This record gives sequence, C-alpha cells and structure tokens, in this order.
Amino acid sequence: MAEVMVTDSNFDDIVIKASAPVLVDFWAIWCGPCQIQNPILEELAKEYEGKVTIAKLNVDENPATSAKFSVMSIPTLMLFKGGQPVKQWIGVQAKDTLAFEIEKVLH
Amino acid sequence: MTEILYDVIIIGSGPAGFSAAIYAVRSGRKTLLLSGVRWGGQLMLTTLVENYPGFPDGIQGPELMLNMRKQTERLGAEVVNADFEKADFSKKPFQVTAEGKIYRGKSVIIATGADSIWLNVPGEMQLRGKGVSTCATCDAFFFRGKNVVVVGGGDSAMEEALFLANVAKSVTIIHRRDKFRASHAMQQRVFNDGKIKVLWNKTVTAFLGAEKVTGVKLKDTVSGKETDFDTDGVFVAIGHKPNSDRFKGIELDKKGYIVRKEIPDEQGLLKFRSATSVPGVFVGGDVHDYRYKQAITAAAFGCMAALDADKWLMEQK
Repeated sequence: MAEVMVTDSNFDDIVIKASAPVLVDFWAIWCGPCQIQNPILEELAKEYEGKVTIAKLNVDENPATSAKFSVMSIPTLMLFKGGQPVKQWIGVQAKDTLAFEIEKVLH
Repeated sequence: MTEILYDVIIIGSGPAGFSAAIYAVRSGRKTLLLSGVRWGGQLMLTTLVENYPGFPDGIQGPELMLNMRKQTERLGAEVVNADFEKADFSKKPFQVTAEGKIYRGKSVIIATGADSIWLNVPGEMQLRGKGVSTCATCDAFFFRGKNVVVVGGGDSAMEEALFLANVAKSVTIIHRRDKFRASHAMQQRVFNDGKIKVLWNKTVTAFLGAEKVTGVKLKDTVSGKETDFDTDGVFVAIGHKPNSDRFKGIELDKKGYIVRKEIPDEQGLLKFRSATSVPGVFVGGDVHDYRYKQAITAAAFGCMAALDADKWLMEQK
C-alpha cells in the first residue's frame, strides 16, 4: 500500500479515528528536506503495509491541521496511536529511527 | 565472504562530495559515497540558485543536488544513505564507520561540509521547530503575516531576512555589532526593504515561550541593559562550523577547518593541492574552506580531491 494523502477534511477519519497507528508527514512541495524524507516513508509504507498507515499532509493546502498541531517547521513527522500523537520529530529522520518507534507502538 | 575494499571512500554529499565521486568513478576507481541520511548538504535548504553555471534560468537547490546524485549513481559510484560516525586513519586500508558498519578504503576524501551554528542560549533547543529555526526557506511559510527576528550580520542573515520579508509582517535583524559583515550588495537590499528593521549592538541571551516562541531576551552590548523583545519566530543565522570533529589524527586549524597540505613534486611544482596531514586522506569543500564557500567552489575542490586521490593511488605500489 502506498502512502495516503490526508487533508483538513479527512484527517479525523483517517488519522484520529484509525484503529491502527498512523505516521503523518507534514510536508510541502517547496521543502527540500521533505524530498529526502519521502523515499524513506515510501519504504516504510511497503514494509508496514496493513499494520501502520503512512499519511502525508500538505501544509500549504491544509493550514488548519498544521496549526492545530503547532507545526512550524517541516518536515515534521508525528506518530498517532488511538487518535493521540505519541511521538514527534522535526527534520529528516532515518528509517531505523522511525521503524524503532513504530515497532514500540505495535507491540 | 571477503569485505569490499574501495579505492576511494567519500564522506559527504554536497557539491564537493558528488563531484569527487563523479571524478573518482570516471577514473575507474571503485568508489563509495557515504551521503548521510540528511544528504545533499546546505543546498537542500536553499531555493533558487542563480550562480551555478549551466542553468540559464537558475535551478532550485534541492533539484540541483538530486541531479548531482542521479549523475553520480548513473556513472556507477555506490551511494549509501548512512550517517558517518568515525574514521580510523591509523590502519591501512583506512576504516570508516557509518551506522555501525565498517567500510574499508585505500583512500578517503573528506567532504563533510559545514553546519549552521546555534546560539546555545536557554530555551533554544526546546523551541526548535516551535518558532526557532535556521532555515527561512524551509519554515518562512509558517510566519505569514507574523513578526519575526533574524539573528546575525553576514550574507546568510541578509538572505534569511530578505526571504522572510516576502511573507512576514515584519522582520527585525538583531546584530551584536554596529555594522554588518555581509557583502555591500546584500546590505543595500536589506536597507532598501521597508519591512526590515535592524537592532544594533544586541545579543540574544534567551528564548522566551513555553509551547512556542513568544520573544527573546536581549542584552545591549554597549550599555549592558537587558530587555525583552516580542516575536513569533526567530531565525538564527550567525554562521557555520566545519564538520571536522570526528577525524582523529587530521590536523585542524584554530577554527576547526581541516588544514590543507600542498605537496610539491621533485621539481617543486604543486602535486597534491587537497592533501591533509594524513597521506591518502584528501579534503574538499566547506570543511576546509573558510573563504569562498560557494556551490561551485565546493564542486571544484571535490574534483581536485578526486584527481589527487587518483594520482596518489597510482603512486602506491
């Protein structure tokens, strides 16, 4: 499964009400480091297919959600479990760092 | 299973690193480039680059780096997205460790560049990403219609201020002296921008705010008087420091830049321009360059390092 695009209007349904953990990437087209993060997230989406949703939220197009979670720097990554953010990263993160935290919320 | 022995291991993935890899692999050398997870160097944090030749309309910094990477990989160099940890230059072949894995190389090119310096004052680390940033091009978007501060007095501070002035309500540059060290052209652009104000002779002694930045504490460098200054965001642009602290045995200058050793041949002509204090270890780019610091000079230094490494390898038999 590929990454899921989320927006201000479907964020509640896809992220907050989800039963499985969701990793949300706050990104924008003009953000260089976001382009580095992207292939790492694609790999995670493949490896955790069916277990964890990897969601991408474009901050340009979805200011309400970005503001709600006080995102002021991108890329920001937030891991949600049971509708609550349990972990947040600012700046590009290695695959192992993200996988380590994903494993923790899965077990 | 025998471990791979590389002819050239390049550490770093800015213009110096990729240029070095392109030249090394085209010399027929088995080449490894350790790019780091956050690969691409400082250009990944820029927008339009207008002073790199070959792009008549300019090119976006991240796109330029993506192109360099693709070119490097197409030519057959191995690029690994692992973060460099340490190097052991006391053994032959040299050993370079990245994310726990040891790579062995007959020669090494250090092209680790330089990173932004932080102020190291209270509140800064806690508020990073909550209004404290070193990258206006990344984060200016979040300060649309807000009041922001830029700390610094060099070209990069001017660039950040001008970029922020496009979106923010106001930009205040805070500088510890009574004049900038930025280039004349950049200063003029700043002084001509109606949105940008300057506070001279002030240092930032603390960041204020709990959930996000609400202001900074300032100290006047002349009177010593302390004041609070309200702001929604702070961009720190006080310079860069070379990433040279993990190379044991390599001579550094007093500011931490890797010292370059020009080695002459028998006739006294320059043989190796990019040698370091350890034979077989070469250097290119901002980690040794405190003067030029351009994408084009970094690329050129990377090229020189690869040509030097190739010549040095030929002599080792």
